[in-house]
Amino acid sequence: MPSDEWELNCMLCAGLVSVPRDDGLVRMRQAASERAWAQVLIVGIAVTFLGVFLILPLLTVFAEALRQGVRVYLAAVTNAEAGSAIRLTLLTAAIAVPLNLVFGLAASWVITRFEFRGKNLLTTLIDLPFAVSPVISGMIYVLLFGAQGLLGKTLAAHDIHIIFAVPGIILATTFVTFPFVARELIPVMESMGSEEELAALTLGADGWQTFFRVTLPKVKWALLYGVVICNARAMGEFGAVSVVSGHIRGLTNTMPLYVEILYNDYDFAASFAVASLLTSLALVTLVAKRILGGKIEPAEVALQEGTQSKREAA
Amino acid sequence: MSIEVRNLRKSFGDFVALDDVSLRIEKGELMALLGPSGSGKTTLLRIIAGLEIPDSGSVHLGGEEATGWSARDRGVGFVFQHYALFRHLTVLENVAFGLRVRPRRKRPREEEIRARVHELLELVQLGWAGPRYPSQLSGGQRQRVALARALAVEPRVLLLDEPFGALDAKVREELRRWLRRLHHELHLTGVFVTHDQEEALEVATRVAVLNNGKIEQVGAPQEVYDRPATPFVSGFLGNVNLFHGRVHDGRVYIRGTSVAVENGDRIHVGADGERAMIHIRPHLLDIHTTPNAKRAFAATIKHINSAGTRVKIELTSEWGDPVRVEVDHERLRALGLKPDARVYLSPREERAFVYQI
Repeated sequence: MPSDEWELNCMLCAGLVSVPRDDGLVRMRQAASERAWAQVLIVGIAVTFLGVFLILPLLTVFAEALRQGVRVYLAAVTNAEAGSAIRLTLLTAAIAVPLNLVFGLAASWVITRFEFRGKNLLTTLIDLPFAVSPVISGMIYVLLFGAQGLLGKTLAAHDIHIIFAVPGIILATTFVTFPFVARELIPVMESMGSEEELAALTLGADGWQTFFRVTLPKVKWALLYGVVICNARAMGEFGAVSVVSGHIRGLTNTMPLYVEILYNDYDFAASFAVASLLTSLALVTLVAKRILGGKIEPAEVALQEGTQSKREAA
Repeated sequence: MSIEVRNLRKSFGDFVALDDVSLRIEKGELMALLGPSGSGKTTLLRIIAGLEIPDSGSVHLGGEEATGWSARDRGVGFVFQHYALFRHLTVLENVAFGLRVRPRRKRPREEEIRARVHELLELVQLGWAGPRYPSQLSGGQRQRVALARALAVEPRVLLLDEPFGALDAKVREELRRWLRRLHHELHLTGVFVTHDQEEALEVATRVAVLNNGKIEQVGAPQEVYDRPATPFVSGFLGNVNLFHGRVHDGRVYIRGTSVAVENGDRIHVGADGERAMIHIRPHLLDIHTTPNAKRAFAATIKHINSAGTRVKIELTSEWGDPVRVEVDHERLRALGLKPDARVYLSPREERAFVYQI
């Protein structure tokens, strides 16, 4: 037990405990040095693991992307097809993320503020996209809207294209990124309780005023956190989008799909160049996540209990 | 504004929070709802505020039926136990909130809002705290901000839910005095919930004692303390010693002794031989070293605690029940009491509480 040993060391230093025989001390020193070894070993394993599985691949992406020089890199990310893939990815995120923001807010509001029948079912259903494989999420839409699908005939008759077109990609992405905002908000809203909202109500605020002046500011960091994660997934989604996209170059290729196509074409430099953009997004996301994650806690904890400044005015 | 509730009932699942509660609070009163946790006092307060909807019964504010009104329209100021300040707003904006959310026609001009907020912050002695955030204030300060915020909308009624419950003893005492003074100055009708009998007796003009969703007694502090209507009230409003009694010749005797207790003026005692319950407060038992008093029973001292303004003595009665007695320090010295000493206890004439079983 390291803590026992530490205590013993302290007591030895303070002269509280006398060690009768010398070999007792020796044994303790041995134990201490064994501990040091164990520490080195554990830290070593962790560092090696991180290096091999995270940092090395990360570096490889950028190294491969720049292997044939900056000019090739720039050409790969600025040509028409790449531009179209980037635009489509941004468009998809620009639609899917706000949709899920509104949905996530609404769902967490309902779940944390009201008691109703089927609440547990709703809470469970929100997690559905997490539970099913993204490929299946894509398949659902093919089965629904595809040419042989349930609504295929009707859609075709009205000349509406969903599968192998942009709407399908947006639908699939929205579905897959469905839970992120709600999952982030529900625990935060639950822990904050609804007393501030009730206070606003007794002060004469109506529902919208309460929402915009009290609830939203209260959860804004958690909301932003959810949005950042949701956005990362929306831009990076591969499986579900792959099923509904049809991989039409310049039309229905998002960045992740485009990376795969280039890779399959043995165009490694271009493939890694586009991949490096996605990787950069991931890094930005991580930084944002870190900053936001820090913001959610303190404001909350500070108001809960305990941190009372001892400045009681007479 | 007067407040009246009639025949309120409210359950949460199987738990009955209020069971046919009726209560009238006159204009200008400061009423305490006193009871243990789970007695329904907070539910009653929230129903008056419109934050909770009763299963049945009605709420009347200023003589008007207000049962269906939203909390927004009731004109009540509500102070929450845990303050419920808006954590993202400064103290100034917290207090100004109620004025800012008014519809444009009724909203005061910016200068007026500022003037009003400053006035209120001065009233709660926090004029300096305007630009600070709630998290930078102590608990007592936060509670005063919450009060200023509730007062800003000029409520017709002020409702406080365990307003000092989360504060330490010293701050609590200070705020109590301060609330009483505030009530005196503003002539507001107020209701506050508390489980602290001292707080209720000290601050309120009237006290309603609740237990298990029912009102046990309503009255002025002196009245409920001196003449508790039920055993629950006498037990809740201070320490009591419980004795079993028996009626004989129209008097109540502590069972197994020839000690009669004065029955006071209000308790109907049944026929001879019937059983009764006797409550006697620790300071209303006299202690003697010799069995000279006729109305005395024997007891053995177990423990003497002389820390504090009065001496608390724990004893065991001759029939084996624990008894607590409070005397002052001089009496203790005069009698020279020591643990294990055999002494004689007699109830003082004036106030024992006798209840029929």
